[in-house]
Amino acid sequence: MLEYTKKIQEIAGRLLSEGKVEVFIGYAKGTVPMMNHPVVIRDSAKAETLVWDSHCGLNLCNYLTKMKGKIGIVANGCNSRNIVTHILENQITREQLYIVGIPCEGMVDHRAVKRAVGNRELEEVIEEGDTLVVKGRGFREIIKKTDVLQRNCAVCTHRNPVIYDEMLGPPVEEQTGVDQFKDVRMIEEMTPEKKWGFFTRTIAKCIRCYACRNACPLCYCPTCFVDESRPQWVGKSNDPTDTMTFHILRAYHCAGRCTDCGACERVCPVGIPVRQFTKKLNKDALEFFSWEAGLAIDQRPALDTYKPNDYNEFIR
Amino acid sequence: MTTMLFSKDEWGQGLLAVGKSIKVFVPVKEGDFTAFQLLAEETVPDWAYQNTRMSPKSIVYPQSEGMFKYSLEEGDPEANIVKEAPKDYTLQAVVGIRPCDAHAFQIVKRNFDNEEFRDPWWVQRYEATTFVGLGCNEPCATCFCTSVGGGPFGKNGLDVILHDVGSRFLAEGLTAKGEDFLAGLTGGQAAGEKELGEAKDLEGWAGEKITAGISTDQLKNKVVTQLFNAPFWEDVAFSCINCGTCTYLCPTCWCFDIQDEVFGKKGDRIRNWDSCMMPLFTLHGSGHNPRDKKTQRVRQRFMHKLKYYVDKYGNGIQCSGCGRCVRFCPVNIDIRQVAELMNNY
Repeated sequence: MLEYTKKIQEIAGRLLSEGKVEVFIGYAKGTVPMMNHPVVIRDSAKAETLVWDSHCGLNLCNYLTKMKGKIGIVANGCNSRNIVTHILENQITREQLYIVGIPCEGMVDHRAVKRAVGNRELEEVIEEGDTLVVKGRGFREIIKKTDVLQRNCAVCTHRNPVIYDEMLGPPVEEQTGVDQFKDVRMIEEMTPEKKWGFFTRTIAKCIRCYACRNACPLCYCPTCFVDESRPQWVGKSNDPTDTMTFHILRAYHCAGRCTDCGACERVCPVGIPVRQFTKKLNKDALEFFSWEAGLAIDQRPALDTYKPNDYNEFIR
Repeated sequence: MTTMLFSKDEWGQGLLAVGKSIKVFVPVKEGDFTAFQLLAEETVPDWAYQNTRMSPKSIVYPQSEGMFKYSLEEGDPEANIVKEAPKDYTLQAVVGIRPCDAHAFQIVKRNFDNEEFRDPWWVQRYEATTFVGLGCNEPCATCFCTSVGGGPFGKNGLDVILHDVGSRFLAEGLTAKGEDFLAGLTGGQAAGEKELGEAKDLEGWAGEKITAGISTDQLKNKVVTQLFNAPFWEDVAFSCINCGTCTYLCPTCWCFDIQDEVFGKKGDRIRNWDSCMMPLFTLHGSGHNPRDKKTQRVRQRFMHKLKYYVDKYGNGIQCSGCGRCVRFCPVNIDIRQVAELMNNY
């Protein structure tokens, strides 16, 4: 995956200098281990700051909403599915985009890496092939990437971009036989009281910073329901009822649209597994409507279409 | 001033005893990170922690706090009278607070307690609090306290400072409040020359471990409107997702928003932490928002910390160098880099 950095720099430089795009969106190396920095490049000379590694776990489609002009952007499997969703939802047009597709082998969970070294202070994390060399004061450990993948990446079945203008390499093999919804089934089997307890504990640390919402490309409403004040749908304090309302409604607004890119979970400053809310709806979308978001640009999403001959009896 | 030596067991026992008459907060491991918790019999304090994920500012300044209560009930003799909500000003101690976070309270104090204004709730709770600091033997890679007037063993804002010298704490009283706190503890013995020497060595080593810094020397000389209109803000703000991580984790961010929550005819007026990152932050009643773009909001955060505060109080920047925003910004916007841009502009 590391060899993609050079290619991205070349392509971005070429697209910008040839005037094929006005801006190019990608990642630059961050100032903290495992934290890359999304950047917009306007000048081909700056293309050399672009990187690609296993810490590109945000969703760059987030920055495309209502952007003007011609835009170059890197996209792995999930990011490309969000681009498709963005196009279907009229947030950007296909013609505006030059998509540099990246076959992806999964992103690293920065918390898992820290956990693997006993939460000691990290000074540097170097990626070498399938391993990470983790360095800190007085220690150096080697970790296998597959042992510390983000949880969404570990069960991902769409690693290759579904839409692109150029691919950086041959497609990677898609994972088969992974059990995507094991955790959801465990929750489904709980009694209502247990479920309520589970979700109450899950959000107990929430500080209502809205990082999960804001990291998500699906959340582009000009005014979010939690920010409305006339009428006010939800309280602004950290009252648990209001916090729960936020999380549940956020998830429902993503129903049939979520690609499980994991950005929401990655960015939470207090480590809440927020995907537990969206994943149930992904499972329902798949089981009830055979629908996975963002796979086809010529199909309307499950929840914004109706067919009189739908195979589901409960709709007819 | 008193300097005493406590074994860690003794220290824990002493705190438990003190905890019977005042509220004692200690760092406790909660999953992947550490948080201040009210000390109870079963609490296991984490004295080896680096820093808490959330700053301890909420101990003095809760994220949500009831200000007033009111009733609009007809027939209620006290209807339409806004009454102060009950508040808790029990004496309390934050034990194990890091020097940067104690310094931060002094930075915030200039806003909440000055000749012009005194925020009654912040001030009373602050005055009820004893700050017992724990010097940093192992500062984080992102710490830059030494370039903002602090240090891993900085004493600013502390009543007591602890040095972790292996199996024991060396506790030094720094104020009358701190002396009282130490006097209330059981156990302990006078520290000898050896321990004092060890403590001095620790301070030296810790200082050397801090390699990060922030440039601020030119900020006060800059013309505010020129910085405001500087061309770099669009690029600084591009990646920002406008979440509240930086401001909510920050020990020096003090902004709040006042909300009325009404149920039937009863109402509560609540103040909640606010964040300049959020679209509601300066939304006017008219619907107009002078900062309706992300770039304007990002600029506000940095201009407030690195220029307006500098100009208004003439006492450094509104930052104690804890590095939380640097470590936990989901998109890696780094205040040290922005300060560099502003300082050199």
